[in-house]
Amino acid sequence: MTRIRPNPRRPYENVAVAVPVSIPYVRYSVESAHWWIARALSELTKRAGIRPADIDGLSVSSFTLSPDTAVGLTQHLGLSPRWLDNIPMGGASGVVALRRAARAVEAGDATIVACVGGDANQVDSFRKLLSSFSRFAQDASYPYGYGGPNGSFALLTDHYMRSFGARREDFGRICVDQRTNALGYPHAIMKKPLTMEDYLGARAIADPIHLFDCVMPCAGSEAFLVTTLDIAKDLGLPHARLASTIERHNAFVDDPIQMRGGWAVDVDELYAMAGMKPDDIDLVETYDDYPVIVMMQFEDLGFCKKGEGPDFVRSHSFTNDGNFPQNTSGGQLSAGQAGAGGGYLGLVEALRQVTHTALSKQVPDARTALVSGFGMINYDRGLCSGAAILEGVAP
Amino acid sequence: MKETTTMNGDALLSALASGIRGGGVRVVDLTHTLAPDFPVMVLPPEFGQCQPFRMEEVSRYDARGPGWYWNTITMSEHAGTHFDAPAHWISGRNLPAGTVDDLPLDRLVAPVVVLDYSAESAADEDFLLTRAHLEAWEEKNGAIEAGSWVLFRTDWSKHLGSDKYLNLRADGAHSPGPAADAIEFLVKERDIIGFGTETIGTDAGQGSHLEPPYPAHFILHGNGRYGLQCLAGLDQLPARGAILFAAPLKIRHGSGSPLRVLALVPAPDVV
Amino acid sequence: MTDPIVRPPKKDPQKVTRPPELPPLQRSRAALAMSAAASRGAFELQCCKACGAWMYPARDACPECLSVDLAWKPAPDGGEVIAETTIRTTVDLYFRQRTPWRVAMVKLDCGPSVVCHLHGDVEVPGRVRMTAQLDKGGNAVIMALPAKRTPNMADDPELRELTASPKHRRVLVTDGRSAVGQAVVEALVNAGAALVFVGIAEPWKPYPGEDRLKAHENVQTFAFDLTDTTSVQDLAGEIGGKTDILINTADHVRPGGILSAPGMITAKDSFDVNVFGLQRLAQAFGPGMVGRGADGTNSAAAFLDVLPVYALANTPDFGIHSATAAARLSMLQCLRSEMRAGGVRVMSVFTGPIEDDWRQPVPPPKVAPGQIAKAVIAALEGGIEDSFVGDVAKDVATRFRQDAKVLERELGA
Repeated sequence: MTRIRPNPRRPYENVAVAVPVSIPYVRYSVESAHWWIARALSELTKRAGIRPADIDGLSVSSFTLSPDTAVGLTQHLGLSPRWLDNIPMGGASGVVALRRAARAVEAGDATIVACVGGDANQVDSFRKLLSSFSRFAQDASYPYGYGGPNGSFALLTDHYMRSFGARREDFGRICVDQRTNALGYPHAIMKKPLTMEDYLGARAIADPIHLFDCVMPCAGSEAFLVTTLDIAKDLGLPHARLASTIERHNAFVDDPIQMRGGWAVDVDELYAMAGMKPDDIDLVETYDDYPVIVMMQFEDLGFCKKGEGPDFVRSHSFTNDGNFPQNTSGGQLSAGQAGAGGGYLGLVEALRQVTHTALSKQVPDARTALVSGFGMINYDRGLCSGAAILEGVAP
Repeated sequence: MKETTTMNGDALLSALASGIRGGGVRVVDLTHTLAPDFPVMVLPPEFGQCQPFRMEEVSRYDARGPGWYWNTITMSEHAGTHFDAPAHWISGRNLPAGTVDDLPLDRLVAPVVVLDYSAESAADEDFLLTRAHLEAWEEKNGAIEAGSWVLFRTDWSKHLGSDKYLNLRADGAHSPGPAADAIEFLVKERDIIGFGTETIGTDAGQGSHLEPPYPAHFILHGNGRYGLQCLAGLDQLPARGAILFAAPLKIRHGSGSPLRVLALVPAPDVV
Repeated sequence: MTDPIVRPPKKDPQKVTRPPELPPLQRSRAALAMSAAASRGAFELQCCKACGAWMYPARDACPECLSVDLAWKPAPDGGEVIAETTIRTTVDLYFRQRTPWRVAMVKLDCGPSVVCHLHGDVEVPGRVRMTAQLDKGGNAVIMALPAKRTPNMADDPELRELTASPKHRRVLVTDGRSAVGQAVVEALVNAGAALVFVGIAEPWKPYPGEDRLKAHENVQTFAFDLTDTTSVQDLAGEIGGKTDILINTADHVRPGGILSAPGMITAKDSFDVNVFGLQRLAQAFGPGMVGRGADGTNSAAAFLDVLPVYALANTPDFGIHSATAAARLSMLQCLRSEMRAGGVRVMSVFTGPIEDDWRQPVPPPKVAPGQIAKAVIAALEGGIEDSFVGDVAKDVATRFRQDAKVLERELGA
């Protein structure tokens, strides 16, 4: 076979991320995904001071647009982009949308890309969503107790606890600190403090997963703009520079059960491209549909070694004023999960933090943020992983 | 009795009608209800079998027919209370007028003589009616007139619903019936129209072991006479003096048919 | 260790019968092959013909080499359970009625990892034996069982959902006159059936084995004639509400083909018992059973038909009989789909020629009634949809799967 020459990645030279938009979530809503996405785009243009027609690139992520896709949405919303993307990657959607939009902007294929993720949540729509999620889930996962993601993550969590000695209290620390962060974020669905006692005493959902290990599905949307640094400056928008990204799908196929995500394959590249080390990161937004995956991200993104997650958690605090600010708006565990919007939540929040426009408690001197995405339990594990490092640009 | 023959038809029928309506003449039903659980003749399984009565509902004021109720029925020609025509048996296969569609009508309405051997049948489940029995009966009751139906009362119909009705054992059925000489006597010397029983056939349960086998079937049908079987209510008939109505369905080339058997009997005198 | 299930108390007439919800029904076409194997009691997985890799879930291409040349084959059934959970909350209506529900991740010895039902006696981590069973919706699911048998293993609530065990159930056997029917009754009593109702056609006719049949304590006989709609409806009216399993052992058999047959009447008799009798049974008992598909420990569980394997292909010496069997099989297929609404299994036990008066001229091997009874119990306890009892039935089934047309020529030679 011919040896394939390496194709080194080019750094991002001129990519700005701006205008973090979060349309406040509601538990149930009669409104459609189209409605939620329209609201986010409308807010985006207003705050950017542009007309909808100025959006010449559009990236959409939503589970509930069906039978429409991003294509139908252009006509529905009267947009005429020259660059269009539809990213069905759930929790990895925000990072992946950013990656793609960044290259489009750098290449001049688009000038201003609106990236939006959001979903409707009508009564019973979660059940309907699950039932058509994927072929493997339909064939080989849901017929087994129909735990949905709870069931899948229960197995991962059980295995992780057996393998690395993690205890429920360790996951509790993550959840409790994130709730503290959420109390400062006005849009969070969860508004009551959470104590370790509350956490440990909650009812079991799918052992060892208990109530506060689970996110609350809700309706809402999130969005941001990707453009060049110059345009962002011309528009007078607070913005961040995109420093690096990674993306990986279906990694570690030989692991009998998920113990690590695709980040572990690409993490060195993530930091190398940004010219940073883990210590240089001021705040982290992990994908947190369950706390076990947060712990795995600490390991796989280089903050500690595999298996050291429990110790890492025991020795850090994750509040916005703690020694490892993490999921600073409360994460999905406390802010809520608006479908594919959940894949945008951390990125939008990170953008606010590094541009010092936080709605939650501002992390002092926040300049760099690592945002991680994870998504799509196709069968037994999450297949999509991605991460990005943003660096706030001083106004 | 002789005077009645001087009456014309109108007067006769009018007298009969007033007898039926006003007393003096009673209509008696000699028929069992056709039902799926009515037993049929048992033959060795390798032979074609007698189809029992079956009924399937076509509609009953429902989606299959909103305003009406009706059924489809299926059965053997020889199910339930039924009539055997001469063509039913091999001995009668070449006779004219051997099938039910071609019977002389005057044979279907005729006087009936009832021979009561219920006590003998109760004592002996294999009781055989012989020529000697008949001669003794005539001694006492007078001769059987030509052109009569002869019904053999055994009260066997009262066993319906119990195993005794067929009374099947490993060596076959056990129930009373006529011997060959009795049937020979009735057919050849008394010229009867037909012979009727309360049992499942005109022959005894063990009739296949007689000579000829199934003598009632063989001799009756071989001589153009009829059989009636699975009759009921013979205990309501006088030994003589009743009129039997036994008209089978008019089935083309039919060997027999289920039918409603009625008798007109003199009502007991009103005191 | 599994607690033995106890005989359920008499039903509380004030309680609403639990509606028979079904587990998730939808499957990809590829996955149906696993159901087909499971219907015969086999644990099969896909194996790549090009590279030999085993794979799961069902695929259309090999994840090792991208070959699309895949085959379903009996797979090694050993594995190691590496994680477990107990589902306590679900949005699915079927599982909601049945939580807590134990689920595991098992690493199969042959490679793939499998999310599966987990028997209560399995310790985690530990060795397990995998089995593919049809669930109430008729689709194959995989369950991890203890590597070695444990006491009361069949009483595990998850496993019991995947079988139609006669234990504590009330069973109707349609033909108590026949040796097969009587053997089945006896086997059911021994398998712990709570009550066995036995139909006797034309009870005024004596039959061998009558005394022995009636001597069983938990056996009740009824006048019952499959050819008589009223009789079938009457019995359904009497015991239909508590018939948990229905086993049709009736079979009207007469030798003869189409040209050599005795005629229409015998053919009609055969069809009336074998085909329309089955229809009468289904129409009279089916709706009640469908409504009771989730009615607790002694829910309605199965409608089982013992039928000749010549349903698959005609054996001309018994040509009409084979034709009735084929019609019967077709009816069962229809009924299987219809009874699924209640999660009631429709099972077929295909038999070769039975040792009886009609099959004297048929050369051995033949099937003894006791073998059939054993197969009936095995089908119920194993939740096996299609089983083949006796050497001839197995042989015919194998040939049928290889090439139905070749089989036709072989039987018709």
